[in-house]
Amino acid sequence: MSEAENKPGIRKKTPEMSSVAGEPSALGMKIENLSAFYGSFKAVTDVSMDILINKVTAIIGPSGCGKSTFIRCLNRMHEVIPSARTEGCVMLEDQDIYAKEVDPVSIRRRIGMVFQKPNPFSKSIYENVAWGARINGYRGDMDELVERSLRRAALWDEVKDKLKKSGLDLSGGQQQRLCIARTLAVEPEVILMDEPASALDPVSTQKIEDTMADLKQSYTVVIVTHNMQQAARISDHTGFFYIESMGDPGRLWEFDETEKMFSNPDRKETEDYVTGRFG
Amino acid sequence: MTKNGTRITPEGRPDPGWDFKTSTSLRHGLDRVFLALVFAATLVGLVVLAVLLVDVVRDGLPWLSWSFITSFPSSTPTYAGIYPALLGSLWLLGLTTLFSVPLGIGAAVYLEEYAADNWLTRLIEVNISNLAGVPSIIYGLLGLGIFVNMLGPITGGPSILSGALTLSLLILPVIIIATREALRAIPDTVREGGYALGATRWEVIRSHLLPMAIPGALTGTILALSRAIGETAPLIVVGAATYLTFAPDGPRSQYSALPIQIYYWVSQPQEEFNVGLAAAGIVVLIALLILTNSFAIWLRNRYQRRS
Repeated sequence: MSEAENKPGIRKKTPEMSSVAGEPSALGMKIENLSAFYGSFKAVTDVSMDILINKVTAIIGPSGCGKSTFIRCLNRMHEVIPSARTEGCVMLEDQDIYAKEVDPVSIRRRIGMVFQKPNPFSKSIYENVAWGARINGYRGDMDELVERSLRRAALWDEVKDKLKKSGLDLSGGQQQRLCIARTLAVEPEVILMDEPASALDPVSTQKIEDTMADLKQSYTVVIVTHNMQQAARISDHTGFFYIESMGDPGRLWEFDETEKMFSNPDRKETEDYVTGRFG
Repeated sequence: MTKNGTRITPEGRPDPGWDFKTSTSLRHGLDRVFLALVFAATLVGLVVLAVLLVDVVRDGLPWLSWSFITSFPSSTPTYAGIYPALLGSLWLLGLTTLFSVPLGIGAAVYLEEYAADNWLTRLIEVNISNLAGVPSIIYGLLGLGIFVNMLGPITGGPSILSGALTLSLLILPVIIIATREALRAIPDTVREGGYALGATRWEVIRSHLLPMAIPGALTGTILALSRAIGETAPLIVVGAATYLTFAPDGPRSQYSALPIQIYYWVSQPQEEFNVGLAAAGIVVLIALLILTNSFAIWLRNRYQRRS
């Protein structure tokens, strides 16, 4: 590897702007020189990345390399933590979501998020799905929206007879699909998923993955995952985050089409990671 | 197996278990001693309480009757009743709840959910904890200065309103602390789940945090309100009457209260007053406390089931 290639940063800033099938694909989000801080600690530095519409973009990397922090910057959830802040630019279509006049509340409606640990509200299954839509002023038929969202999250058949039951009475996998359903109910353009299956059993994981394959027909999905097979199975593009040594901020080490990342990555660290030599 | 006096494992290594005492009878013995000690500690409290209750009920029962509850105080023991004091206590309870609960919960929500975590917030936090420990008579003096004297034209001087406001100040810190604890116990994942759907802070607080915090906040509020109806010292200072021949008819009315009435009877020389009627008054006060507590516990359980 040449010296230039060894420099931290990203080699392939933008994957080919075309899908695997060869059709041109539109740009969903464009991230430019994004850095994230907790107080004075820099957790993620200088990430630039293009996220394509109707594609699944996976973020992989060892623990503590800033994957979760990074994905939370994409819908302004990072700043919810006291003293956390960001630098750089995140474009959703033509709009910088960090521009002064932009309201983070409306951004979070357009860019939904599913968390690592299922976190349904302590309300009925119906209310879990309907609540977000209602506070955002949904004017359509609520029953229809709830059913449609639960169907898309592959949960409808399991819960249609007990919509009045508490969302907390469901199993972990069902709870996570309920959280996906409530995210879909506010009709976001982008869905961010922060290790959505890491707390689930293999069967539930399978169901979540099936759901994601279906979701990408109509949504842009960004998923953080610890599970390399999962990234390889479901994503179109993969970004590898890496920290060189403890205390350094995480960087986007390599970003490319998933197939290339897992078969013939440009950088040695990526190859070591995807082949399971560390992490 | 043993070899040269050392126990060895079947693989021929020295058995590490050899270094441990094999008998556990001493440890079990200590366990039983400790059990006896903590059981005795529990018993002391229970027995003392039971003796007190039995004694009070035995003294008071002959004096308890419907007319005791519906009559006004009198210098003739057989005619004396507790009606104005009971009504006064109910007024105080209602108004104190009305003032202290919204203020306490509001302050807790601000401190826990909105206020930045800086030195000022921490200073306020420490001082609220300190306020919870201030003796109640100090609140009485504060109430006398502010509500009775300064705001006299509004409150009507030594009125139910002044008394309720004073008791509200007294229990406000307890309600704030209990509600903050309840809010703090809610995991941040609930808040984040709400924000991620495009909810504002208030929407998350109203729909998720308050319903989840209510059981915990209610527990603190119940204890605080129970303390408030039992309070005597601050009410004496803010001018509750001990001998009232009319029932209070509004917030600006003069008033008496159960603990004040009991205190007055206890200080009378005749035995009918200082034993019989006082005990009967105590029974009424305890009954009122049990009633309000049961209601609050019922309310709390209802919320707990729903969430």
